Amino acid sequence: MSKILVIAEHLGGKLNSSTARAVSAAAAVKAEAIDVLVLSDAPDAIAAEAAKIDGVSRVLTVARPENAHPLAAVLAPQIAKAAAGYSHLFVPSTTFGKDVAPRVAALLGVAQVSDVMSVEAAHTFKRPIYAGNAIITVEADANHPVVATIRSASWAAAGNGADSAPIEALTIDAALPTHTRFVELKQGSSDRPDLQSASKVVSGGRGVGSKENFDIIYKFADRIGAAVGASRAAVDAGYVPSEMQVGQTGKIIAPELYMAIGISGAIQHLTGIKDAGTIVAINKDGEAPIFEIADLGLVGDLFKLIPELEQAL
Amino acid sequence: MKILVGYKRVVDYNVRIQVKPDGTGVVTDGVKLSANPFDDIALEEALRLREKGVATEVIVVAIGPADLTAHLRNGLAMGANRAIHVVTAEAVQPLTAARVFLKLIEKEQPGLVILGKQAIDDDANQTGQMLAALWDRPQATFASQVEIADGKAKVTREVDAGLEVIEAELPAVITTDLRLNEPRFIKLPDIMKAKAKPIDTIEFGSLGVEAHDHLKTTHYAAPAKRSKGVMVKDAAELVAALKQKGLL
Repeated sequence: MSKILVIAEHLGGKLNSSTARAVSAAAAVKAEAIDVLVLSDAPDAIAAEAAKIDGVSRVLTVARPENAHPLAAVLAPQIAKAAAGYSHLFVPSTTFGKDVAPRVAALLGVAQVSDVMSVEAAHTFKRPIYAGNAIITVEADANHPVVATIRSASWAAAGNGADSAPIEALTIDAALPTHTRFVELKQGSSDRPDLQSASKVVSGGRGVGSKENFDIIYKFADRIGAAVGASRAAVDAGYVPSEMQVGQTGKIIAPELYMAIGISGAIQHLTGIKDAGTIVAINKDGEAPIFEIADLGLVGDLFKLIPELEQAL
Repeated sequence: MKILVGYKRVVDYNVRIQVKPDGTGVVTDGVKLSANPFDDIALEEALRLREKGVATEVIVVAIGPADLTAHLRNGLAMGANRAIHVVTAEAVQPLTAARVFLKLIEKEQPGLVILGKQAIDDDANQTGQMLAALWDRPQATFASQVEIADGKAKVTREVDAGLEVIEAELPAVITTDLRLNEPRFIKLPDIMKAKAKPIDTIEFGSLGVEAHDHLKTTHYAAPAKRSKGVMVKDAAELVAALKQKGLL
């Protein structure tokens, strides 16, 4: 039987929803136990949140001052030790998980399955390659632990029940390197919904034209309670910061509603939104590739259409 | 110091890949191949570090079949001093690639290894991290800015929450994000000069690396197609359609 260890992702003392999504993938393996590991300098509040996720058997915490920031070189040796006795190690496929999981896999001497989008059997998974233009089925060797990152956009977050799983403090005897140090995190401050978990996302592209013009996108997003994303072109042009980029090399999202405004729809962008519930495209070029995958398309000038949309709401 | 740069050859990023109808793979015959875009960025960064006097030598490394020579010449034409070609006809998974790089590190003793953050064919995003683990050195993944001084790299990383700055003692592994730099174009005279630059050919079998295929790909499929959408004529109709779906 499978025993799965899910590595919790957290920031500022709060659990990231990617963790509950990884728990959903673990539940699909039909494991006999799903434990969540919280590494932090102060894990208590995070662990309490993790304990409420449906399907979690136990929450394990490692409290060390070295774990104040998620440095892969520091976390990986601890995770590799904690993984003993588990058949599977699941980590969210966010920048946190992508950074740390392969380091753990190499320490364990095993391959890694990146971006799991479905679980076919305990050792068989589906994952995208070539920017999502092909989906492969991969079989991991059943004689070794499986290290996998879980594609957040493919999994709904496991629910939050009234029950709380037991929380246990873990002592891990691992020598931690000092060769890597955290300096600072420059966060884009935003009161808007989080791009990766929002149910509605409004994205702007090169067609928006300038940083100032992007206000029209923000305003419209706020009006309908949506998070704001962007194409690579808009990021490269300096209209918005890079953490807003949606696509193969940015964030992969699956909101219920995705509105692409002034985005032509390069393959690399479409990869990031293919699993959205309803895709709306607004573009002045009726031949733009975005219309090939849009459920609802509207051809016209965004500066004329957005005010009209607001009016019609 | 020396810089080793990973320089993988992949299907060009503009090619719309086709899955073979029998599910055994993707069509790669006759398809345009290029350097992985992230690896071009890695090479550009290494060249800039050499131009600043931080590095003395830039070495491009590729693992793959015998016909990689022309690909490596591109890297040399862009400005690398020399190339290492690890020859194998087999596809190499990230852990095996990391083990190959470790062997080359033992031989070359570089101060820095720069790899792309992911290859756009397998989209794995693993090799740099795995190499740093095996080498027991720092990793700075998804780099958008690199400053090197006093034996340390100060690296700005593109993370989901924003930009994270870390400091890593050298030697270290850095993987590149898109915004690190704009790779230079190759000029004709440099293509001529590249012909005289050395390519060191090493047989994969001679490295003593265990090929590691814990993962078997059993099937390839095209992604599920979205059903054909409809065009609406104006904003009011769009809002009405979204309201009907319960989305607004």
